[in-house]
Amino acid sequence: MTDLLYVRDSEAPKLPPPQRTTGITYWLRTNLFSSVSNTILTIVTALFLLWLLPLVYNFLIGRAVFTGTMDDCRAETFGACWVFVGARLNIMFYGFYPATEAWRPNTVFLIGLALVIPLLMPRAPYKIANFIAFFVVYPVIAVVLLMGGVLGLEAVPTDKWGGLMLTLILSVVGVIGSFPIGIVLALGRRSKLPIIKTLSILTIELWRAVPLITVLFMASVMLPLFVPNGVTIDKVLRAMVGITIFYGAYMAETIRGGLQALPRGQYEAASALGLNYWKSTLFIILPQALRYVIPGIVGNFISLVKDTSLVAVIALFDLINAINLAGSDAEWASPTKAFTGYAFAILIFFVLCFSLSRYAKYMEDRLNTGHKR
Amino acid sequence: MSLAEMTDDGIDRSKMKVSQSEVAIDILGMDKWYSDFHVLRDINLRVMRGERIVIAGPSGSGKSTLIRCINRLEEHQKGKIVVDGIELTNDLKRIDEVRREVGMVFQHFNLFPHLTILQNLTLAPIWVRGIPKAEAEATAMHYLERVKIPEQAGKFPGQLSGGQQQRVAIARSLCMSPKIMLFDEPTSALDPEMVKEVLEVMISLAETGMTMICVTHEMGFARQVANRVIFMDQGQIIEQNEPEEFFSHPQHERTKLFLSQILH
Repeated sequence: MTDLLYVRDSEAPKLPPPQRTTGITYWLRTNLFSSVSNTILTIVTALFLLWLLPLVYNFLIGRAVFTGTMDDCRAETFGACWVFVGARLNIMFYGFYPATEAWRPNTVFLIGLALVIPLLMPRAPYKIANFIAFFVVYPVIAVVLLMGGVLGLEAVPTDKWGGLMLTLILSVVGVIGSFPIGIVLALGRRSKLPIIKTLSILTIELWRAVPLITVLFMASVMLPLFVPNGVTIDKVLRAMVGITIFYGAYMAETIRGGLQALPRGQYEAASALGLNYWKSTLFIILPQALRYVIPGIVGNFISLVKDTSLVAVIALFDLINAINLAGSDAEWASPTKAFTGYAFAILIFFVLCFSLSRYAKYMEDRLNTGHKR
Repeated sequence: MSLAEMTDDGIDRSKMKVSQSEVAIDILGMDKWYSDFHVLRDINLRVMRGERIVIAGPSGSGKSTLIRCINRLEEHQKGKIVVDGIELTNDLKRIDEVRREVGMVFQHFNLFPHLTILQNLTLAPIWVRGIPKAEAEATAMHYLERVKIPEQAGKFPGQLSGGQQQRVAIARSLCMSPKIMLFDEPTSALDPEMVKEVLEVMISLAETGMTMICVTHEMGFARQVANRVIFMDQGQIIEQNEPEEFFSHPQHERTKLFLSQILH
């Protein structure tokens, strides 16, 4: 038996790993040239980029027309016509909003930014005051400034709203409105009370079964038939409500996924401590369930922001429609006008959606307390 | 473990007093089904204040279901359960009243992973009992010291070992100053090295005179602390006795078989 006896007499040294696992060479070797097929893929991709990037660069910057007149644009067959964007910026940003009043949407935008940024920063102080300022005071300021008609401000009806301004308004209202609707519907769908449960399921399934375009058409064409003569509901408001409830239904199913992913033990521990339904939902269930589905929620938000362009079908001029409109006159005709307009739209949508996605990633990492060792 | 060790094991039994008159929990002719499956059959159990009961039995015998009925995590379909003078019915208010007085410790700890240890401990006292935050935090620190991990107060549950998490879970229940504590296999999910630290906390809790019902396979704990051992099989209470008699002279065949398999 003594052959089997082993007792360690000295501690084995703790050594660094044998090969370098850092550095550019190591990274290149493991990520780009780790095998023959990977090497081929890397070369093909590099060649593709070598072809594509100069094209993109030349279109956006290299051969683009930044200054001058539309005649300079008409002479250029490949480069972007930024002159057109510059000259028509007012329509693209504000639609038919009177140019002299453009300071109003600008102010609303800047106040919103000044309130939203600290609200989104976990470490910024005065969260409650900030919250009230953004969700209670700000909407009032925004409506007064944008619509006017009071305090000596010229009235600007919503059918004059358009461009990026309208896109942002619809997006922000949609995002902020659909989230609580989603939470309520998701909780309702899991309720033990049959009436609430049935109503929630019906709402969710009905709204999800219909394309957003149909919802917008219904809101625009059908709704006026059902309200008494003389009563008009604002068209932008109808679009807002349609988008918000539509995405609320999607949000509900995303959030329900999070509620269902939460281990039963969490519900039980909360109950066992005497927390009632609302308190355990508020303090224990929702904070965790929402955390699980941040990627899904943000996916819905991004989708919503892009889908605001569908309001074009009810003759509202969101960013894309406004860009189309801006170039519709013959005086703006040039070989690359349309591409330039859409490139501009792409840039704006990309900035909006990508920052949403990055912020979500940041929050996800920050909130990941459960598995951090 | 020999008899000599048992009488001189360093446990202070001066406060372990079973009340003769005060009933903590009364279960009368209780039955429960999971759809067609009769999971608890004709349960009759009266727990006096100050009792320390260990429930043993094979898996699937209904031990956990039984104690989960006591704070209504599971609903019984027949018979009567009265906890601390309150009968458990569908009345949600009464259920919450019972849950305020009955602490529960789970096999998988079930700490709230998004809250710090201190927040885990103060949440229910603040929002259920309405205790001011500062006071709740002082109480929480007191119990964290009692379970010997005050230095972990600012951490998140995911940063603690299993044994530490379970001790936090016990402290969390104690912060509600419960009259009765339920333990649902508190050491079954722990590494062997951590079982002891949790059992020590449970023993010290028993020393305070707390009414405890523990579903556990720790027979050493049953011998040292329990005043009564209950053996369950197939949803029924098969046998109950004081620990010494239970382990040395089991009566029922099923009990004998069970003990012969777990005590080597």
